[in-house]
Amino acid sequence: MTALTNDAALRIFRTMTTIRTTENRIIRGLNSGELTMTFYTVRGQEAIPAAIGEHLRREDYMVTTYRGMHDCIAKGVPLEELLAEMCGKSTGTSKGKGGPMHVSDPHSGLMVTTGVVGGGLPIAVGLALSSALRGDGRVTVVNFGDGATSIGATHEAVNLAALWQVPVVFVCQNNRYGEHTKFADYTRSASLAERFATYGLSARAVDGNSIEAMSEAAEAAITQARSGGGPTFLECMTYRLGGHSFGSTTEYMDPDELARAEAEEPVARNRRWLVAERGIGEDVLNQMEAEVEAQVESALTFAKNSDPPPPEELHTDVFSTMAASPR
Amino acid sequence: MTPQQQANAAVADPVCTLSDAVNQAIDIAMEEDSEVFCLGEDIEDPIGGVMKGTKGLSTKYGRDRVRNTPISEQAIVGAAIGASLVGMRPIAEVMLMDFFAVAMDQVANHAAKLRYMSGGRTNVPITIRTSVGGGRQFGAQHSQSLEGWMMQTPGLKVVMPSTPRDAKGLLYTCIFDDDPCIHMEALTLLFTRGPVPAGRYAIPLGVADVKRSGDDVTLVTWGWQVPEALAAAEQLESEGISTEVIDLRTLVPLDIDAVLQSAERTKRVLIVHAATQFAGPGAEIAAVVSHELFGELEKPVERMGSVYSPIPYAAELETLHYPERLRIAEAVRRLA
Repeated sequence: MTALTNDAALRIFRTMTTIRTTENRIIRGLNSGELTMTFYTVRGQEAIPAAIGEHLRREDYMVTTYRGMHDCIAKGVPLEELLAEMCGKSTGTSKGKGGPMHVSDPHSGLMVTTGVVGGGLPIAVGLALSSALRGDGRVTVVNFGDGATSIGATHEAVNLAALWQVPVVFVCQNNRYGEHTKFADYTRSASLAERFATYGLSARAVDGNSIEAMSEAAEAAITQARSGGGPTFLECMTYRLGGHSFGSTTEYMDPDELARAEAEEPVARNRRWLVAERGIGEDVLNQMEAEVEAQVESALTFAKNSDPPPPEELHTDVFSTMAASPR
Repeated sequence: MTPQQQANAAVADPVCTLSDAVNQAIDIAMEEDSEVFCLGEDIEDPIGGVMKGTKGLSTKYGRDRVRNTPISEQAIVGAAIGASLVGMRPIAEVMLMDFFAVAMDQVANHAAKLRYMSGGRTNVPITIRTSVGGGRQFGAQHSQSLEGWMMQTPGLKVVMPSTPRDAKGLLYTCIFDDDPCIHMEALTLLFTRGPVPAGRYAIPLGVADVKRSGDDVTLVTWGWQVPEALAAAEQLESEGISTEVIDLRTLVPLDIDAVLQSAERTKRVLIVHAATQFAGPGAEIAAVVSHELFGELEKPVERMGSVYSPIPYAAELETLHYPERLRIAEAVRRLA
């Protein structure tokens, strides 16, 4: 295991900043009526994919969920195309036909974004199987929330991955809520890592809000998968700092717990850590934040100025040829 | 070729079961392309698939390429989808079509939609082979013909051969097709025998086959209802009624032109299928024929599908559930 360098820590933090800045800008646009889209907050979960992305290669595969904007950014989906897709524009990753819940960008390895809880895990096992059969050395990372640990597909997929020893990392972003229900209200399990370890794969819980801890765990799991050591289940402990989706309420969330999580939210926390423990100067961070701010604004301008898909796009991409569709 | 020429050519072809024909198509595809592999329950030797579709293939190609899975239909179909997204050509086996209910999130929400949702940037070239029960007293959860369900999901190609020859040619095409294909193999037909061309053999999807030529009534059907329809046509011939039996072979793509051309001539159409009649495939075909040939038809288009009930166990009831030759003949007589 290599020690986390300041350069790597800064790259991870820059990705986190990009995610947070993008979310803040989208929320501002949604509140003012400037933008219209379905939006699932990733606020509080930025460190997880940012650290994972540091240890992945472009050709590695990723699968994520509707709450996946942070994963897309961290895997390297171009911000312009990502925001254009979220705005339903022809310049988006899917020409505006997928939307925020269905981002695909094979060029950056982001293979599937599913809107179905747990639906991505079986597909990730198949991507990893292709790497095992081809011997191409790629790793597949699949992201999902703690809510997905209650659905059958997740268990079928983890069992099969362990059986076949394919190069996949299961990244459970435990944000403490399955939609509008608290963790303790949907399971008696205290630890998901312990529950999934019984399938016969490496499983551990990690502080998902710490760049240092997340980077170490991600590197270990990815290295193990790439070297043929089999899959890992990572339970990344985090906290969803908002409601299920934009506009939904938070009355089921404990206000004191939410306030504590907000006080320890990962962007500010890791910024403090970089200054105090890594000796990074405020000026370096300020300059990076200004650059990111400009980059996000420019990407959003690109998205807003793009055209919607033309009407003929309604019928294309159903099959490989339009002739196969019933008339 | 005319049907007669086809029949003559077929005489020279070796005879085998539909299950053997399926096996041949997979074998040839695996030999041609190392990216083709199979996954499913009990498909490795010595079992070789409970319907024997992969018999001998794990021995020939190894257990990496013909791999057993746990009883996990979501994982089977999902893993096939994942590998196909990056260009492999998996053949997944779902033992019985009824178990699609378990895998339907992967089939309908993922396999069918990933091309469209990605704006064409990914595609899902998988083949799902599945056995279709019916007529064997397997009861309500092992007998369903669910092509109507598949047809209602844009993005799925739906294939149901009725002969060993068609099974070999259509399955081979499915494996190398760039879209998800559901290959439905009827249990009552799996061990029937017929001529099958040796070597590489492909039949395009979306081309219906006239299994019997006739002038009085057009009988449109597919799958295990084809032999029932042919038996009815045989009986009707002796009564002086000439029935044309069109085997659609694929429901998506749908060769509606073949149906319309025949119907234009006979002006009488009966659609027969093992899927539930209510809101079934026959309703769509009947609507198109009625619309396109309004005013030209001698009689309203007739449909005969399965009764609107779960499939009963008792043989006396199950026989009444599906269309069978005697009742098909009755329906044709009413039209003629």
